Amino acid sequence: MTLAGELAVALSPDRVEDGSLALALYARDASVIEGAAGVVCFPTSTAEVQAAVRIARRHGRAIVPRGSGTGLAGGAVPVTDNLDRPPVVIVTTKMDRILSIDVEDRVAWVEPGVLNLDLSRATSADGLHFAPDPSSQQSCSIGGNVANNSGGPHCLLYGVTSAHVLAVEVVLPDGSVAVLGGLDADPPGYDLRGAFVGSEGTMGIATRIAVRLTPNPPAVRTLLADFVTVEAAAATVSGIIAAGIVPAALEMMDAEITRAVEDYVHAGFPRDAAAILLVEVDGLADGVEAAASSVSSIALAFGARSVRVAADAAERALLWKGRKSAFGAIARIAPNYYLHDAVVPRTKLVAVLEQVYDIARRHDLVMMNVFHAGDGNLHPLIVFDRRVPGTMERVYAAGTEIIEACVAAGGVLSGEHGIGLEKRDYMHLIFSDDDLDAQALLREVFDPSHACNPLKVLPGGSRCGDLQGSFVPPEGAWI
Amino acid sequence: MDLTLDHFAKEVGGVDDGPVTCVGGRTAWSVGGPLVGSPREVRAPSGIVEYEPAEMVVRVRAGTPVAEVAAALAVGGQEVPSLLSCLPHVADNSATVGGVLAVGRSGLRRLRYGPVRDTVLEAKVVLASGRLVKAGGPVVKNVSGYDLGRLMVGSLGTLGFIAEVVLRASPVPAVSQWFRSPSSDPFEARDRLFRPSSILWDGSSTWVLLEGHAADVAAERSALTGGWDEVEGPPPLPTGGVRSLRPSELRSLTGDGFVAEVGVGTVHTSSPVEAVAPSDPMVVSLNGKVKDAFDPRGRMNPGRRP
Repeated sequence: MTLAGELAVALSPDRVEDGSLALALYARDASVIEGAAGVVCFPTSTAEVQAAVRIARRHGRAIVPRGSGTGLAGGAVPVTDNLDRPPVVIVTTKMDRILSIDVEDRVAWVEPGVLNLDLSRATSADGLHFAPDPSSQQSCSIGGNVANNSGGPHCLLYGVTSAHVLAVEVVLPDGSVAVLGGLDADPPGYDLRGAFVGSEGTMGIATRIAVRLTPNPPAVRTLLADFVTVEAAAATVSGIIAAGIVPAALEMMDAEITRAVEDYVHAGFPRDAAAILLVEVDGLADGVEAAASSVSSIALAFGARSVRVAADAAERALLWKGRKSAFGAIARIAPNYYLHDAVVPRTKLVAVLEQVYDIARRHDLVMMNVFHAGDGNLHPLIVFDRRVPGTMERVYAAGTEIIEACVAAGGVLSGEHGIGLEKRDYMHLIFSDDDLDAQALLREVFDPSHACNPLKVLPGGSRCGDLQGSFVPPEGAWI
Repeated sequence: MDLTLDHFAKEVGGVDDGPVTCVGGRTAWSVGGPLVGSPREVRAPSGIVEYEPAEMVVRVRAGTPVAEVAAALAVGGQEVPSLLSCLPHVADNSATVGGVLAVGRSGLRRLRYGPVRDTVLEAKVVLASGRLVKAGGPVVKNVSGYDLGRLMVGSLGTLGFIAEVVLRASPVPAVSQWFRSPSSDPFEARDRLFRPSSILWDGSSTWVLLEGHAADVAAERSALTGGWDEVEGPPPLPTGGVRSLRPSELRSLTGDGFVAEVGVGTVHTSSPVEAVAPSDPMVVSLNGKVKDAFDPRGRMNPGRRP
């Protein structure tokens, strides 16, 4: 029987697709990279995922797990070094049930396709939420959050996904099932749960996830500070941290993106600011008031033109809508964007930002910055029209220089988007061959035959030490 | 090349390829069972390499006593709560950073600050081959490759010896106050408090640690029902063993001879606790494969079982 035929029998004919439209859709994620899918299937249970994995493997196919496809590093783009046998894409969007919510243990078991924000909505009546909040939280899945160890604005205080995952049921690349981690304080054995989170779909497919739920804070204050220089805004960030305040979120937007967002959502952002900071403090009432007042004075001391405190929940929601609508807003400016993701030490923010703007100027590119300043997590956003000849070359050249500048400042390649395909060949910038070998050892425990999301994360032949000057997509992938 | 770390790597891998063990402060030496085959002893290097308060991270050699880290961070008004929270009441001051991480114990303020594994941003580890490898990075947020640092936390040195780590620090709270009640329900106390740092229960008395802004601590205190007295600190912890339960399972504990961390699930008992192995055979198999991959000759801390 054919591959698609076998999958249709094991799952259901309406949940297996190999038509040209489906294959084209699932050849990409939210990155700019395009691969090629062999068959796309939509299991609804752990048993169906196992069946799909085993059938794919029997047919000599790699498997590529996929959630909502919002990833920006090409982690869900199907690629393989065997072009005659394109991978089976296993999409988890139909595994979207919240299985249980345990208020006393503050744990929810969810299927991987549950959308991030849907879980927080479902637990809000119990006064709880799922803390990681990527900007794509209305559409990204919790399975995808686990794969990429996703962050979000509020991870400054609450930590990234890894701190909120207690256990994961995983279908391993050979089709067997293991439950990594557990709900007790310190499960015995090695922390395989911790190793799995952030492994970008290369160690198996999460089919059930136990996540920690966080109590909603009784008090929240959201402040908007506006500045006439980027430097003053960045210095305020350092000033807040140095004062011993850890806000729940500390976000920065530069002039270009602030104007774009304001024209799009009318959040009340000052259109003439060089930079704005969105600062949120939460907790108990008095501490929140004290922190909000300190943040306000620090911002003014560092030259803020004004500091506005959201008066009510509606205004707070509007400010956040502005921050999280950045990508909708830029679609009005140019048809394509390339969003970078790198982390630098917080004290290097000003210096690295200056370099980033300089790189954009030299390559004649429109650059905007909207990012998690409190974490030092930069998101330089290049806006362009790929139909203009020569544009992609400039976009990639600028991207490489941005990454090199961040690494030179003591930073890392990715704060929350992952390595995927996009940054795979930059791994040598921060890791030695020995470091990468050790990572490969761990991966091979889970996937000795390199069948699960192949060619991602670790550079091909990382033991050869071949350094690529710029991103070269694997054979069979299209930009 | 860092000569100190390089020297440590050579001590592990360059002398012989026989069994070897890494000694910290010996404050939790019995955890994971006895060593077998009299392994050669090595010690990780010691000292604080870099501490920049504005970054809220500290780079420290694994052999550094936690008390020394605490003293250095106190100058910047910071701390690593999960690493240092036992001091001075329960932990021996000679415990080392590497030892605490290898054992994976999280201290008494985990309820608020999370487990110690969440504080490790970067780890440099000497593998059985004697190679020094790095995982993670010195910034507070990072998904660049596989998280080998987490794999090492709680591994009892059976996969590699931690040589140096970068840890996430946080500001010392303005007020930190323990309260004790002879008869209040610890589970009700947990429901009434927003973000307590610790709730301990010995089967009759309950201890609560409230931290933060002074007015918040006072407000939280008055939200508690029953009689509560300010006390110096937590009760002495029984040292027989440690059990790991789900938080809700603590309700079924009876008798005495224990101090339970309510909301966390850790139980300190006066009687020894039998070692527990993972119950899922696939997980047992994966654990074995991880060990074989990182230490094929079984030379790292032979006999220990995490």
